[in-house]
Amino acid sequence: MSLLEIEKLSLTIGDTPILRDVELSVAPGEVMGLVGESGSGKSITALTVMRLLPWAARATGHVTFDGIDILAASEDQMCALRGDDIGMVFQEPMTALNPVKTIGEQVAEGIRWHTRASRADAEDRARKMLDRVGLPAAQFPLSRYPHELSGGQRQRVVIAIACALKPKLLIADEPTTALDVVLQAQILDLLRDLVAENRMGLLLISHDLAVVTEMAERITILRHGEVMEAGDTARTLSEQLHPYTRQLAQASTHVPARPRTHAVGQDNPLLQVAKPLLQVDSVTRDYPGRRKSLLKRAAPIRAVDDVSFSIDPGQSVALVGRSGCGKSTLARMVLALDGPTSGTIRFRGQVITGKSEAELKPARRDMQVVFQDPYGSFDPRQKVEKLVGEPLHVLENKPTNTERREMVAKALHEVGLSPRDMDKYPHEFSGGQRQRLSIARAIITRPKLVVADEPVSALDVSIRAQILDLFAELNQKLGVAYLFITHDLTVARAITDQVMIMHDGKIVERGRTSEVLDHPQSEAAKALVAAAPDLHRAIARRLQEQG
Amino acid sequence: MTLRFDIPEENFADILVKAFTNRSFLTGFVITIVVAAVAIVSFFWTPFDVTRLIIAEKTQAPSPAHWFGTDHFGRDILSMIMVGARNSIAVALVAVGIGMGVGVPLGALAAARGGIVDEVVMRLNDLVFAFPALLSAIMITAIFGPGALNAIIAIGIFNIPVFARVARAGALAIWPREFILAARAAGKGRTLITLEHVLPNIVTLLLVQGTIQFALGILAEAGLSYVGLGTQPPMPSWGRMLFDAQTRMVAAPWMAVFPGMAIVVTVLGLNLLGDGIADILDPKSRRQR
Repeated sequence: MSLLEIEKLSLTIGDTPILRDVELSVAPGEVMGLVGESGSGKSITALTVMRLLPWAARATGHVTFDGIDILAASEDQMCALRGDDIGMVFQEPMTALNPVKTIGEQVAEGIRWHTRASRADAEDRARKMLDRVGLPAAQFPLSRYPHELSGGQRQRVVIAIACALKPKLLIADEPTTALDVVLQAQILDLLRDLVAENRMGLLLISHDLAVVTEMAERITILRHGEVMEAGDTARTLSEQLHPYTRQLAQASTHVPARPRTHAVGQDNPLLQVAKPLLQVDSVTRDYPGRRKSLLKRAAPIRAVDDVSFSIDPGQSVALVGRSGCGKSTLARMVLALDGPTSGTIRFRGQVITGKSEAELKPARRDMQVVFQDPYGSFDPRQKVEKLVGEPLHVLENKPTNTERREMVAKALHEVGLSPRDMDKYPHEFSGGQRQRLSIARAIITRPKLVVADEPVSALDVSIRAQILDLFAELNQKLGVAYLFITHDLTVARAITDQVMIMHDGKIVERGRTSEVLDHPQSEAAKALVAAAPDLHRAIARRLQEQG
Repeated sequence: MTLRFDIPEENFADILVKAFTNRSFLTGFVITIVVAAVAIVSFFWTPFDVTRLIIAEKTQAPSPAHWFGTDHFGRDILSMIMVGARNSIAVALVAVGIGMGVGVPLGALAAARGGIVDEVVMRLNDLVFAFPALLSAIMITAIFGPGALNAIIAIGIFNIPVFARVARAGALAIWPREFILAARAAGKGRTLITLEHVLPNIVTLLLVQGTIQFALGILAEAGLSYVGLGTQPPMPSWGRMLFDAQTRMVAAPWMAVFPGMAIVVTVLGLNLLGDGIADILDPKSRRQR
């Protein structure tokens, strides 16, 4: 008998249909993967099971959990279920914990509420649970506060809270999306172990097919609130009978077609004599340590430690590393938005470190940036024309209004948007379209170097494929060099010739992308490669297991 | 390569249409216009002369002759409200103007520069804040002499730290956003970024604070007039009228009700106007009729 049975679940918010006839079941000890792109209704399905829906939502159909009709249950019944028999893990570990309570209090809170245990008993159980999720007492006493923990550690606390009462069902909504690949692998291992130990059912929600394939025996694919296909994970994904399944699988492993003209940089004598476009010489960046008292400070934190590298014109280089390794700090220094503590950065042969904003203008013309968050990187109060045309500010001859509109129109056209879009505001675009706007803004001055900081990690797989194609196309058409910052090895493999692996502020490995990713030498690179989920490998392994 | 594009022209008519289909803007606009018109009309004509005292007609209830009744000196309340509108509105408006004009640049500067500049500006603000406003206003008017002009300056000075704080807090939340980083990468300096990106994003905040300070300004003027340091008699002001009415609340309630209503209606009108402008300026509300 299934633990959770969702039958013909339909849901509307106001007049907008959100879910239509969703069917899904989870058996005890089973991992069910729920896959779909943003807006497909994954999270709403999870919230329906918890009955944590917005007020305006109307749900019809049947949701049965352990013999209880969830849609008909009273609020008191639901309160007894939530956190006791059904646990939930959220995506964002930074906001899922209460910053003014210790981790001990937060884990013990649910235990005390549901079991009426004494404080001492609850704390005792909380301690055991934190030990279980890999936060030992010596380093992580109950008195720690969330801000003292890293993202991965916080997610472990969230899992400890969700699993403290050994729930029959755990719902994990994108539990690893905010984490880097190494942490992701650790958290997934932990979830897998907890499922096996307690015969807990796990409803794993994710947009990442590779992650779900590694974890789930069965998979349900959702699109626009409807189930497209459901069934055994390995069979569903290897046969790809449904067109949407095929589309998703292809998009997840998409590699843009690009001639490897720039890949031979080292072997091509012509390019070898060319001066490097960007030259970073033993750059170090320290941040002042935490103030310990009025006069004493802790030792400074070294975010970037003696880094040197160069990028040739037209070359596409990936900078890969775990979160907090100093990638973004390095990128800011390359863009002259932050100054190094020591070392120099040369762009087109000229030193750009320690220069005033006026002196930097010529350099700014030739380097641009694409940020990760397509929502945060545009001023919501301005029209696209001004936003995309913003870098024109650095041109020597300021274009007239008509010229500017022409240039913006052209840039929009180049990234696949319509010139009509220039009178719209950013909120009128989808995430993928905004990232196109971001790229249009980056190429409008025809720069020689574009620094892209995790430009596709916030996008759905099918949109990610399109944006990667666009990057590849522009690299070829405009000869622009890329510094691609990412923690995702598939992205690095898809789009770059060279890869640099960064670890603890140092660059520990550099080489051709395919060589480094296939035969990593350093520990850091090996860890990244081993942890990266790979759809093909995951399917193959599942098929093998099943014989 | 030449590309021909069909480029739509920018449309300012859009904003006008938006403005006049926005209910709160329209209501606020009408109220504000009416109040301003009343103030202007009072320069040329009022039903009765507000400087003539007719003791025989004192504290009369509203009647066809005196719509809003008369006060304890027999002056017509309607006429006094009309004339008082000039003083009260001028004092409050200019005081808010001073506060915004000086406070917002200071707050924006503190947020943009940070470090020692921030520290100095904000500590000076605290210094002004630390004085009880009315006491200091009394001090200022005591030094420079009583009168509407000095009242304006005194109230204006105490609006500066309010706006500086609101502007700084709002700006600090905008500065770490990615689009600011993008503007910096486009080579824009702090001043330009403040003007183009920071201020437009905190304008709603400032408008709301502005309407609150306006209401407080009318009350502050009333307070100063009460202690005899604001508008000088025989010129009426709404605040003075209220305080005169205070001791006669039971005997002649109309003396308090009508000036009070005048303040409420004016503040409400400005609030609606501010709300409406904030709505119109927000791109998200545009194009969604």
